[in-house]
Amino acid sequence: MTGRGTNWVDEALREHEEHAAAEEAAARNADAGDAGAGDAGGAARAAGRDATPSDREQQVLDRIDRARRRRPRIREERITMSHGAGGKASRTLVEAVFLDAFRNPLLEPLEDAAQLQVGGARLALTTDTYVVSPLFFPGGNIGDLAVNGTVNDLAVSGATPLYLSAGFVLEEGFGVADLTTIVASMTAAAEAAGVQVVTGDTKVVERGKADGCYINTAGVGVVEHHLALGAATARPGDAVIVSGPVGDHGVTIMLARGELDIEADLTSDTAAMNGMIAGLLEAVPGVRAMRDATRGGVATILNEVAVAAGVGVLVEEDQIPVRTQVRGAAELLGIDPMYVASEGRMVAVVDGGQADDALAALRAHPLGEQAAIIGHITADQPGIVLLKTAFGGTRIVDLLVGDPLPRIC
Amino acid sequence: MRFVDEFRDADKAHALAARITELCEPGQRYKFMEVCGGHTHTIYKHGLEDYLPEAITLVHGPGCPVCVIPMGRVDDAIHLASEPDTIMTSFGDMMRVPGSQGSFFDAKAAGTDIRMVYSPLDSLKIAKQNPDKRVVFMAIGFETTTPSTAMTVLRAKAMGLENFSVFCNHVTIIPAIKAILDSPDLRLDGFIGPGHVSTVIGCRPYEFIASSYGKPVVVAGFEPLDILQSIYMLMLQLSEGRSEVENQYTRVVPWDGNLAALTAINEVMELRPYFEWRGLGFITHSAMRLREGFRAFDAEVLFGVPGVRVADPKACQCGEVLKGVLKPWECKVFGTACTPETPIGTCMVSPEGACAAYYNYGRMNRRRVVEVELTRP
Amino acid sequence: MCLGIPGEVVEFLPDQPDLARVDVSGVRRVINIGLLADDPPEPGEWVLIHVGFALSKIDEGEAAAALEFLEGIGQAYADELAALAESRIE
Repeated sequence: MTGRGTNWVDEALREHEEHAAAEEAAARNADAGDAGAGDAGGAARAAGRDATPSDREQQVLDRIDRARRRRPRIREERITMSHGAGGKASRTLVEAVFLDAFRNPLLEPLEDAAQLQVGGARLALTTDTYVVSPLFFPGGNIGDLAVNGTVNDLAVSGATPLYLSAGFVLEEGFGVADLTTIVASMTAAAEAAGVQVVTGDTKVVERGKADGCYINTAGVGVVEHHLALGAATARPGDAVIVSGPVGDHGVTIMLARGELDIEADLTSDTAAMNGMIAGLLEAVPGVRAMRDATRGGVATILNEVAVAAGVGVLVEEDQIPVRTQVRGAAELLGIDPMYVASEGRMVAVVDGGQADDALAALRAHPLGEQAAIIGHITADQPGIVLLKTAFGGTRIVDLLVGDPLPRIC
Repeated sequence: MRFVDEFRDADKAHALAARITELCEPGQRYKFMEVCGGHTHTIYKHGLEDYLPEAITLVHGPGCPVCVIPMGRVDDAIHLASEPDTIMTSFGDMMRVPGSQGSFFDAKAAGTDIRMVYSPLDSLKIAKQNPDKRVVFMAIGFETTTPSTAMTVLRAKAMGLENFSVFCNHVTIIPAIKAILDSPDLRLDGFIGPGHVSTVIGCRPYEFIASSYGKPVVVAGFEPLDILQSIYMLMLQLSEGRSEVENQYTRVVPWDGNLAALTAINEVMELRPYFEWRGLGFITHSAMRLREGFRAFDAEVLFGVPGVRVADPKACQCGEVLKGVLKPWECKVFGTACTPETPIGTCMVSPEGACAAYYNYGRMNRRRVVEVELTRP
Repeated sequence: MCLGIPGEVVEFLPDQPDLARVDVSGVRRVINIGLLADDPPEPGEWVLIHVGFALSKIDEGEAAAALEFLEGIGQAYADELAALAESRIE
């Protein structure tokens, strides 16, 4: 009934025993291989026996690191809300189901848009589906969210956004006036971003499905610069910059649902960032990567960069801009603003020497007035994101497992 | 944020850390246990251990009320939720706790109506809005939360609600602490007392720890400076040969607790003769159930539960972690078979569990904040 | 679960003596103050909020005293550091 048999624990254990045995065998073969060159494996095993507590702890940390690098597998029989959260479960779903099936080099980078060569032109292609609830919220609605979101995915991929498609799934009984309002918002957003909706589709499903309205948008843009953007290009010494206060959208949606009886003067930060990003790219050739800080928040992006580039990331808690009210609501709800979505903010990784120029370029644009350098890429502890807390101690920032705020975009 | 930011000030932390280090006797090691999931969480979230000298170890006890719920009780809750026309409401922390057939989250994916609430009062709203459904609130927590459930039941009674009930899994902290103290596995030098539980029960209940077991207790707040100051106060007691109960969290905790809260609990609930704690076994007088007069709000009585005892998976060492005998990374399955995505035991599932806190925040090469040695003339 | 947040009482709800609106960093929520019935908070006072209930009043005097103690320790430490630094200058 719940889709998980009683022996899921045994299964998990067996899987890990198999992996551990495989690793031991590989280590033994390696030892046999360089028996002449010194017994590194033996030394490690001897170290295991005489190890101090901190050595033993390090061995456990290494073991965990190896476990984390393994090929992800879907264990659940059913999709849960976690799979839509943008955290670990989402990642596993994408890698184990979609990437595995569609596997091709264009998909593998799993960036916000795919980079394509068509004829002599370099194009970027992206798609997003919007299931936000409620449909109308302070600062916008599902319509402008959709347009801005797709424009942003193209912009952070270094493309000039040009054309969008818009597919609608409408619930029987949905108000035509509401639909008209949504579409009007999309028109305004498209105009502001300088893009056109050139094709679309409409389907209607029975009352009770589609929760009013779902929108899918796809977007295509042209890449005119010669930079090789991508999370994997980040290197030690790079600066990590965020374009403004984070978490406004996610918290606004959460409060707009009305289930929590919390009132605050917050609006969604949904906005098209292509203008700001064009300014950044013009001023700063040393941009390595940009990401739209949506589902999963800043924390998720930092982890993606750390893993993609095999680098460490160190950020400072008191440098991350968060509005007072977002902080208050997050404390009240027990969630961390680092994981909360924004819809008009981006994270950029930039050559350390050009960080100040990048900051100036962002701050010159209204959307980037509160841009801030929040940390750096390091060579320490690759694959791991560290946070220096306001208190002065250090801790890890990992991907979230569950979903603190469902259906916020 | 007022009453929060001031207690996260890094400069003051350096000073306290220096004082704490000074009080350490050369060659001696100190072990302090905190028994509150909130403390575990704060310690890891702010990287507090970076300020402590090598000589001091913090051990995490059974203070996470989600962590101590046995798998069989989770199964019972899912059974209740799966009855026709039932809506179960629950705090977020419970959603991923594994029963023998999966968690609330898995049940929800399979179609059971389980909804997350922030307050037990939200369940009353849902009950009013759905008169043809039964609403069952999964009540968990130590004494911090018990009064809220009691008040909610009283309010439901006042409202004349007929479709609301509670599946009561509230536990009490003192028997758990006593079980730790009586455990032969553990040598502790003092306790960091649970700050929010103490706003309800006050500081007196801990006096037996100081007088009968000779261990100092300091009731601590939840900001990192609160905990650091509490450790300082514990070290001071040790260095002065005292063992007393002290209150560091005076801005919130009254010595006598909250009488209205204790009265509400007493009106609605009574102690169960015994209750099973995950990892600690059966403990007498350690949990609450609704009194006879409130049967109409007791889901267990109204609808019945299978009540099957489910043994912890053999590989699970949660019991030892909860008693502070093992550090999270010392558990054989930590981080490999047992991770936050695939939690075998509750220490990993609850965000306040020691294993989850360590995995999510502390799984790194510790970098101690540089301390300045103050040499005295 | 032990999540307790300090919030400032802003106002009471007109026909519901048990309820009050609190402010946490500009965010407002209505909570139940029934557990403080023996000594109800006034607007402007601070309370500790847990799962929608006020568990305790925050004693501003004690908070100030706590901070003073920490300041004191901080100052003494700073003074000693300064003394140490000076004493190195030979």
